[in-house]
Amino acid sequence: MHEMSLAEGVLQIVEDAARASGDDAFLRVKTVFIEIGQLSSVEPDSMRFCFDAVTRGTLAEGAKLEVIEVPGEGLCFNCNKTVPLAALYDPCPACGGYPVQPTGGTEMRVKELEVE
Amino acid sequence: MCTTCGCAAGEARIEGENLHTHEDGTTHSHASNKSGMTYTAVAAGHSHSHRHADGSVHVHSHDHADTAVHDDDGAHAHDHEGAMHYGHGPAGAHAPGMTQSRMVQIERDILSKNDGYAAQNRARFDEQGIFALNLVSSPGSGKTTLLCRTIEALKSKLSIAVVEGDQQTSHDAERIRTTGVPALQINTGKGCHLDAFMVGAALQKLAPADDSLLLIENVGNLVCPAAFDLGEAHKVAILSVTEGEDKPLKYPDMFRAASLMLLNKIDLLPYVSFKLDLAIEYARRVNPELQVIQVSATTGEGFDAWLAWLEAGCAGRQTRKQETVASLKRRIAELEAQVSASVRG
Repeated sequence: MHEMSLAEGVLQIVEDAARASGDDAFLRVKTVFIEIGQLSSVEPDSMRFCFDAVTRGTLAEGAKLEVIEVPGEGLCFNCNKTVPLAALYDPCPACGGYPVQPTGGTEMRVKELEVE
Repeated sequence: MCTTCGCAAGEARIEGENLHTHEDGTTHSHASNKSGMTYTAVAAGHSHSHRHADGSVHVHSHDHADTAVHDDDGAHAHDHEGAMHYGHGPAGAHAPGMTQSRMVQIERDILSKNDGYAAQNRARFDEQGIFALNLVSSPGSGKTTLLCRTIEALKSKLSIAVVEGDQQTSHDAERIRTTGVPALQINTGKGCHLDAFMVGAALQKLAPADDSLLLIENVGNLVCPAAFDLGEAHKVAILSVTEGEDKPLKYPDMFRAASLMLLNKIDLLPYVSFKLDLAIEYARRVNPELQVIQVSATTGEGFDAWLAWLEAGCAGRQTRKQETVASLKRRIAELEAQVSASVRG
């Protein structure tokens, strides 16, 4: 969806971290590891493309964006089981019922940076 | 994950071959002499090329000894002119020289910046007893017409302010201003949604009154606005019967984020094939808690329920504010009593 805004958000977090790094300062970011949940409706490929675009001329220029995809998981209100969930509106894979409340795989977070 | 050599993402698959591309752009193929989960050693030699971090590329072949075993996700080490080379460094990449680079733990939500601004907006709404709504829909669902009619019906009872989000033009804000309430247009330019920072800036300019109703009309888009909290009390999704009834399934994020769905243009139901029950069923499949009100912004049908919902929301906010003020006053009185007691003591 709005991957460009999200990529800018990632860059802001990276720049904040660089400012906050103090004595242990880093000058260049080599890799940014982000966790993207399967249910967060973010396209990893689009995210990589946007990340390359927004990092030009910054300390993260040329950095690789490593996307760690987190599988979707939900709690079925029908059979009360925790089940894997591929999409938000999917029926429960165990019992075929609705609704399944997502409990995992909705995250979008910057996990860590490889810097030098 | 390449199950042959354990390299990570980015593999391109061609049917029948184990051809794959590494993330660094190198492509190689393995001989398909796998037996179960491990390589058997006999004639298990293969060659591949890879690029090192210093830019050099080389091709090498090697044979596995009888005892050598690859497991499915294991990195393997092999000899490079006497130097050991491990394909998987701490970063999960072919990255010699890992000693000079280091990892920095971050663990921050990508939207944390926006969420911070949203929290500021929400605190302001709480302090002022403002009931703020974020109205989201596709373009053309009748949001602005619905707002105009809502404002006409409520402006004698409530103080109302409107923030309009569109990519370009201030047409909508002008339309709202003809009703006599203050409206501010935000043009997002290239952006596809309002964010909490934009709304915060609009609040500075618009200065909505205490105990008022703030209606934020988001950019017509059922995708992006779902993820951006503006500090509102509720998102209200508007779906009109001239659209497809399966929109809640096609754009689940938005209907999941909303607390209320307004089914608009119900005066047109006799002329369209929209299946009302199905639309509601789909929406509740995505969001079981979703409330639904059917309205027509043209004829005013169903408006009693919608206006009652709005007034109840405003009353709730005002009560909450009064309770907060009352508890703060009590606290001040307590502290003053303590101070005067200690002065006397």
